[in-house]
Formats: sequence, C-alpha cells, structure tokens
Amino acid sequence: MLKKLRILTVTQHALMLAYRAEIYLWVLAHVMPFLMMGVWVTASRSGAGGAGGGGGMAFALTPVDYARYFVCVFIVRQFSTVWMIHEFEWHIVEGRLSYFLLRPMNPLWNYVTAHLGEQLARFPFFIMVLAFFFILYPQARWMPSASAILLGFFTIYVAFALRFALQYCFAMLTFWFERASAIEQLSFLPYVFLSGLLAPLADFPEPARRIAELTPFPYVLSFPAQILMGQITASSPQLYQGFAVIAAWFAGLCLVGQFLWRRGLRRYSGQGA
Amino acid sequence: MAVIDVRNLSKSFRVSASDPGFRNALCHFWNRKYRQVDAVKPLSFSIEAGEIVGFLGPNGAGKTTTLKMLAGLIHPSGGEVGVAGHVPFKRQKAFLRKITLVMGNKQQLIWDLPANESFRINGAIYDIPDAELAARIAELAAMLSLDKQLSQPVRKLSLGERMKCELLASLLHRPEVLFLDEPTLGLDVNAQSAVRHFLREYNRKYNATILLTSHYMADITALCKRVLLIHQGSLFYDGALAGIVEKFAPYREVKLEFTETVDRMRVAPFGEVEESLDRSARVIVRREALTSTVEQMLAQLPVADLTITDPPIESIIAELFTQGTVNAPASATKP
Repeated sequence: MLKKLRILTVTQHALMLAYRAEIYLWVLAHVMPFLMMGVWVTASRSGAGGAGGGGGMAFALTPVDYARYFVCVFIVRQFSTVWMIHEFEWHIVEGRLSYFLLRPMNPLWNYVTAHLGEQLARFPFFIMVLAFFFILYPQARWMPSASAILLGFFTIYVAFALRFALQYCFAMLTFWFERASAIEQLSFLPYVFLSGLLAPLADFPEPARRIAELTPFPYVLSFPAQILMGQITASSPQLYQGFAVIAAWFAGLCLVGQFLWRRGLRRYSGQGA
Repeated sequence: MAVIDVRNLSKSFRVSASDPGFRNALCHFWNRKYRQVDAVKPLSFSIEAGEIVGFLGPNGAGKTTTLKMLAGLIHPSGGEVGVAGHVPFKRQKAFLRKITLVMGNKQQLIWDLPANESFRINGAIYDIPDAELAARIAELAAMLSLDKQLSQPVRKLSLGERMKCELLASLLHRPEVLFLDEPTLGLDVNAQSAVRHFLREYNRKYNATILLTSHYMADITALCKRVLLIHQGSLFYDGALAGIVEKFAPYREVKLEFTETVDRMRVAPFGEVEESLDRSARVIVRREALTSTVEQMLAQLPVADLTITDPPIESIIAELFTQGTVNAPASATKP
C-alpha cells in the first residue's frame, strides 16, 4: 500500500509541477492570515492587553504573539487545505470517476495523494513566502522546540484528515445534487469564524469559544497553530481534550462518508462516459 | 463455461425533462418533472472464454450502459449478471483485476504527463513488480508499435497514438475480460487496422474474452464471429455474424451478363431489378426461390455469365439501424 501511495503522490507532484502559475496563485491565495495579522497586531498595539498597553479593549495576545499565531495559521493552512470536492464533482459530472472505480483501489486514495502531491509542489514557494515575511518582520521570528514542531506537524496532518473527512461527506452529495460544492459553501462561514482564521479563539467571548470547541472547525486551524506556537504542549490537558474531540468527529464523519459513498455508488450513472 | 452470464439484465434511469423557454425554465426550477428512461430492457446472453463478440446498435441503444453494468460501474435495475465468477457491482478487488473497460471517447491517461507515468501508477495499483511491469510495457508497446510516444506528454500524442496508449494502460494487468466501447473511434484507417490486429493478437495469446462495441463494421467483421444486436434497450439478435444475412436479408443478388441486349422488362419477372444495362443486370431474388429462379433465367434469357452474391453485411446492419425500428425478420428483408 505504501508503494502505491508513494507512486501516486510522486505522479501527482509531477502533475502539479506542470501548472507552475497555479501553484504561485495557490500560495498567494493563502495570505489571508497575514492580512488578519496586520489588523490584530495594529489593534493590539493600542489595546489594554497588547504590547502598546493602551487603555482600549483587552487583547489575549501581545502583538508579537498575534504575528506568530497568524504565521502558524498560514503554515497550517498550507498543509491542511482541502479541495477534493471540486475534483470529485468534476469526476462525477464528466464520468471520469469510472476509471477510478475500475481500479482495485479505493478512489479516495487518488484524492488524498493529489493533495499530498500538491503540498509537496507548493512547499518551496511556501518556504519563500515564510522567509520573506520574517525578513520584513524580524520581531516575530522564533524557533519552536523540536517537540512543538513534531507534535505540530502531526496535528496538522490530523487536522488535514479531519477537514478531508468533512469535505468528503459533502462531496458524496454530488451523487444526488451534482453541485455539492454549493452545499459545501454552507460550511465556509462557520469555518471562517470558528476555526480561528479571523481571530484567535482566545479572543472569543467564553460562551462562543466553548461552543466553537465542540465543532470540528477550531481543530483544523487554531488547534495545530497553538501547538506550533507552543501554547499547547504535550503536558497540556487541552491537547488530549482536542484529540478526543477530533477523534469523535473523525469517526462520525468516516461513518457518514462511508454510508454516503455506498448509497451514492448505487446512483452513479457514469455520466458523460 | 460462460465467462459472462447475463439474465434479464435491465437498467432504468430517472431523468429530468423540461421544455425550452423562460417560462418553462422557471416552472422546471420550482416543479421539476422527471421521466423514466428504460436504457436497457431485460436482456440475456452468455459469452464463453476466449470469444470475441461484437455488440452492435445505434446511438442510445443501451450498449454502453450494458458494458458499464458488466464492468461494475453502475448498478442494474434488475436481473442477474456474472462476469468471471463475480457479481460486477460488488466491485471486489479480485473481479477488478480480471477485467478492463476501454472507452474510446474517454481517457484514463494523465493528460499533461507522459503515458509512462500512468503505466507506473497502474503497475503499482495492480501490484505488478517493476521488472515485470517493464517487460509487459515492452511487450505491449511492441505489439502496438509504440516507442518514443510513451515518454511524450499524452496531450502531444495523435489520437491514434493516444488510443494505443490507452489500450496499453488498460491491459497492463492482463485482464481476462475486455469490455471495449468504440476503441477505434475517430482513428484513421491505418490506426484502426493496427488496433484490430493488436486485439486479435491479445485474444489469441491470452485467450481473453472480448465484448466490443463499434460503429465501424470493419472492426466487427475483422474480429467477431458472433454479434449481439441491440436496439432501444432490447436484444434482437444473438448469433453468428454470417447469420445476420440469413435472418435479416433472406435474399441474394444475382448478377447477369448477356450475350445480346436484353430489355429491363424481360428481367423484371425474375425479381427486383436493381440495375439494368444493355448487356448486364443485377436482380434481387428471395433465397427460397433462388434455385428455381436461376433455372428460369438460364432457360429464358441469353445468359453468358451469372454470379450469385450475399448482400454486404455492413449495408444490412446499417439499414436495420437507420430504419429506426427493427421489425420482425420477415419485414426487415427485401422482396
């Protein structure tokens, strides 16, 4: 199985390299955390809890910590972005799924390795953006501990798996609606607000944060970012609580995804093929 | 033992239907109407190991839907189907390793990469060891006269080269059962001939069972001894290719050469005159009356030479399908 995944990933990587312009655009399209960083760093400099120590509203982090948080969010997004629904939708509508179904391997792996290949292709550009940022903003530079890096990247891929499972369930709706990506867009708003993309969860009002922590969204972005930052460590109870929630969501989504896949296949007509 | 066994296999689809126009589009948005399409009506047939069977029918007859059901891509609405000892729609790995489906209008090769990359993926997915994979690629490439094309991006290949690469990719795992849906679609005469030759060789070498659809009768006549004819989802002929002439065209063409000028009116009583020149004529005669009619012709006309031929099979099938309906054999025949 590992050989299959390696060859699929390497081939997908080669395919992604065929679209160089697309890779540049992908990386640039993920600069949203840097925009939010600008907003929060500026605001916290004049806030009560920020480095500015002014008399405004309270902020949970210092300006440098905000910068680091959003850099971590940028890193997490580079490795946990999922777009399989668009590919799957195209494959269903065009009947291209047929060729994956003819192979003695679950088509799911084709999509997983496509993402891994794309991450691999994007990696050098991601490093360049990161280096460019630290040159521009040296105060935010820091070196996470080896354990934070290891645990952080493990959690990033756990987050990737969770986000993939969530989108996979939406993608399966293509068997019924063909434009399932429109339905998936419904999850975009909660993702933007609850994942920590716009603001760290620490800045949420307590009840809102508690509700957010019951959804899968903080665990696909904020949670791994906090681990990379070193805010959550191996000895933090939050780490185990977080993994417990992820495990529950992941198991549930896998069950739903598998159910929809089996039911959906019965409806597949190989359109266009 | 039958490799493909089909009993009352059927497939119905529900499709939305709407009339053109703004108002109808709005009505369709709020109140969607559906209709049932019986793509394949209950059909039964079986195919033995090593057979090459032509599956013929006009567009929309249900050929591709049947092939998809046999390949396990879509679920049948009814009936039973067994392929190589498996129920296709269960899509067991052992089944998928035994079959392949090639669609002339679709491609599995990765468009922007050389075909070799797609072969490597297939090799890994089908657990073919590297050395064995290289040997199989070399063997199939030689059979298909492919060489440098394998290292060029697929998008740079000609249609014929691409189809050969598709065949190569589809056969790397040496399937026992091949479902080929118009494998020569859009190819030039030479490429068609090369694909036919390859399929014949593959069938001979591996005793593969092949079910082939094609709109090119040359594919069918070159490869298939047996054909299945399907129209509007119903199978109406299953038998020898040669038997189509007997069943749907129970007439012969008699070519006459005369020693002197013969008027058309003198030839007309013997059958339907297709052509009448001064010293020659072509007459269509019903098969059961052939012997007596020829005897009469020889006795009553100044015949110098006489040739009896079957009508071309291509024209019989083309006529059956272009008529739009397939009637009982008797009414599908000429006088």
